[in-house]
Amino acid sequence: MYQILHKEKLGPDIYLYRFQAPDIARYRKPGQFVIVRINENGERIPITIADVDTEESSITLIVQAVGKTTLQMAQMKKGDSIPTLTGPLGEPTHIEKVGRVLCVGGGIGIAPLYPVAGAMKDIGNHVTTILGARSANLIILADLMRESSDELIITTDDGTEGQKGLVTDAIRNLVDNGEKFDQCIAMGPPIMMKFVCILTEKLGIPTIVSLNPIMVDGTGMCGCCRVTVGDEVKFACIDGPEFDGHKVDFDELMARLATYRAEEKEALDLYSSEVGCRLDGTLEGGSR
Amino acid sequence: MNVKERLKIPPVDMPEQDPEERVKNLDEVPLGYTPEMAMLEAKRCIQCKTAFCVEGCPVGIDIPGFIKLIEIGDFKGAVRKMKERNLLPAVCGRVCPQEEQCQLFCSIGKVRKDPCKSVMIGKLERFIADWEREQGEFEQPPSVKPSGRRVAVIGAGPAGLTVAGDLIKFGHEVIVFEALHKAGGVLVYGIPEFRLPKKIVQYEVDYLEKIGVEFRYDHVIGKTIPVRKIVDDFDAVFIGTGAGLPRFMRVEGENLLGVLSANEYLTRANLMKAYDFPEADTPIVKGKKVITVGGGNVAMDCARTALRMGAERSLIVYRRAEEQMPARLEEIHHAREEGVEFHLLQNPVRLLGNEKGWVSGAELIKMELGEPDSSGRRRPVPIEGSEFIEDTDALIVAIGNSPNPLVPNCFPDLEVTRWGGIVVNEITGQTSVPGVFAGGDIVLGAATVILAMGHGRRAARAMNLYLSSGRWVDLDKALDLCRVEVH
Repeated sequence: MYQILHKEKLGPDIYLYRFQAPDIARYRKPGQFVIVRINENGERIPITIADVDTEESSITLIVQAVGKTTLQMAQMKKGDSIPTLTGPLGEPTHIEKVGRVLCVGGGIGIAPLYPVAGAMKDIGNHVTTILGARSANLIILADLMRESSDELIITTDDGTEGQKGLVTDAIRNLVDNGEKFDQCIAMGPPIMMKFVCILTEKLGIPTIVSLNPIMVDGTGMCGCCRVTVGDEVKFACIDGPEFDGHKVDFDELMARLATYRAEEKEALDLYSSEVGCRLDGTLEGGSR
Repeated sequence: MNVKERLKIPPVDMPEQDPEERVKNLDEVPLGYTPEMAMLEAKRCIQCKTAFCVEGCPVGIDIPGFIKLIEIGDFKGAVRKMKERNLLPAVCGRVCPQEEQCQLFCSIGKVRKDPCKSVMIGKLERFIADWEREQGEFEQPPSVKPSGRRVAVIGAGPAGLTVAGDLIKFGHEVIVFEALHKAGGVLVYGIPEFRLPKKIVQYEVDYLEKIGVEFRYDHVIGKTIPVRKIVDDFDAVFIGTGAGLPRFMRVEGENLLGVLSANEYLTRANLMKAYDFPEADTPIVKGKKVITVGGGNVAMDCARTALRMGAERSLIVYRRAEEQMPARLEEIHHAREEGVEFHLLQNPVRLLGNEKGWVSGAELIKMELGEPDSSGRRRPVPIEGSEFIEDTDALIVAIGNSPNPLVPNCFPDLEVTRWGGIVVNEITGQTSVPGVFAGGDIVLGAATVILAMGHGRRAARAMNLYLSSGRWVDLDKALDLCRVEVH
């Protein structure tokens, strides 16, 4: 069993959890993920590791409650345990001194970007980070990201914090002002990564993306997470989760993510009606 | 009773659930022998002086010996006799292809000129294993002096479980590392409940735990703990990580929604209990009409699972003819009884999707049989211009698996073949790395449970000798000498 050592609300429906996981904490590298299963009837879902505390032997996961499993997680408390936490899975990010690095994080994708930006800066790159979300309260880890970057830019769709607009607007502004980048790393919703990649391809900036397809085992066994990269089919769990963003078929990825949308809604509705909680993470009833 | 009288007894059929009923549930199809049935079936064995059946068994069970004990009603003795050679009889009695192994060599089958009329060795094996489990008694094996040696087993599938069970009995400390949250490997994620109830696998795993084997779940060796650390921390290592890398057809449309590998389909249905959705959280693709591509046991498992998941029509599409199907006759027979449709000598050339990206059909091409290929089977050749569209709501790709590359990829010193199998000494299971052994599907590619167990058994014997003597070079020759001394 893997115990929750700390839980904290970062924004609406967004929670930070620190799980006790000595082996994972010891061997994980930036870019890797874990498979989580929260109870005996639970599904196996992949979550990219946001941080690690080797002293506490814990890993940090930041999860947005969007479906039954993540909502159930949101109901858990410090001291509770989950039966499965497997990892660290996938290939770590290739950390290399390339010069000027542009990190682009959207929404919950800021969480896995955090260790990557830090590692890129530590090795001597100049790191410019752009964080984007719909609104100010959805921007997470801004202070930590500021420490891990040489420059931090925040964009919100509604202008409640930083520049009003999309992350792609911010990239364009930087480049228009004469900034040059040797490498871009984008992590966030697939639609954001898609448009970042369209832009950076035009601008000639090599771009790495971290993909989050549906997975079951996470060890290459089921093939559920297959993605088209160039003219090859790759398994995100063992070949990824990071790929050359200019070669990824994002439309296929987004379609495949919707495979079980009807079932996900059914499970969520049933769960919500049973425990009487809404999707802003607050309990209405008192069943737990 | 003399041989003549024994020969007169017809094979005792095992009662089965009615096909129309059983597709509505997940319960096991064959219901098992009663003690009377088993004792009658056991009478059919004529106790040949040279037991050819034993030679057909990959783990060398004393078949006439355990059958004789059943005949006289000493079921406990029969269990003991069985467990000398096979730790997982409840599993093997159900999933071994006996008609290609022990029962193929049975004298009764030869006399009757039909291996299906052989002594029902597999059914008897299943009977005594079930009998023991139902007694609820647990026999502790004789205690042995701890050797002080530690062994790591990577992968809790049939090969790994066999190694663990054998080495603990030699007095070694055994830790099994399993990537998933349950032990059993393909026995729990792949083979469906209606063919192998999961409580049976759990019982066998519980038994190993009771006799001292330690299981560590959620451990992906190479990731959770580096392979090098395992090699350094243990006196010997066995890799049994299986053939868990699904092959796809590489045709257009294969990434459409509703197209999935047999591994994914069966894992969702079995290990993740998708049949219980939304009670269990894992969903599964359901279709009114489901196509399964392939002709092996796994394809039969998928097609039969689809019926239980509510499909109105479940089709097997296979590129060769029925005679070339690798599936066991019993599985084909059960599938057909349940209403699975066999579309033979057809092969998908591309998959079609609807506007939402879901698979809506498969373009199939008709095939004919040409000259024999390297496998000895006649090669299927496409008939030009014979393409047609078969509508479908879901398509399962069950055309085989390759060795899972995860451990070999994390282990640069380990020698692998061109197709990813670990290279081993066939007698000992020794790999290119001293102290490291391997066996089962990670060596063989996708094969059978019993062959994996046979590998495990041989590796365990060699590992024991290695652990006690420290000898690595010419271990196979040393093993041969031991055998001579024993006999």
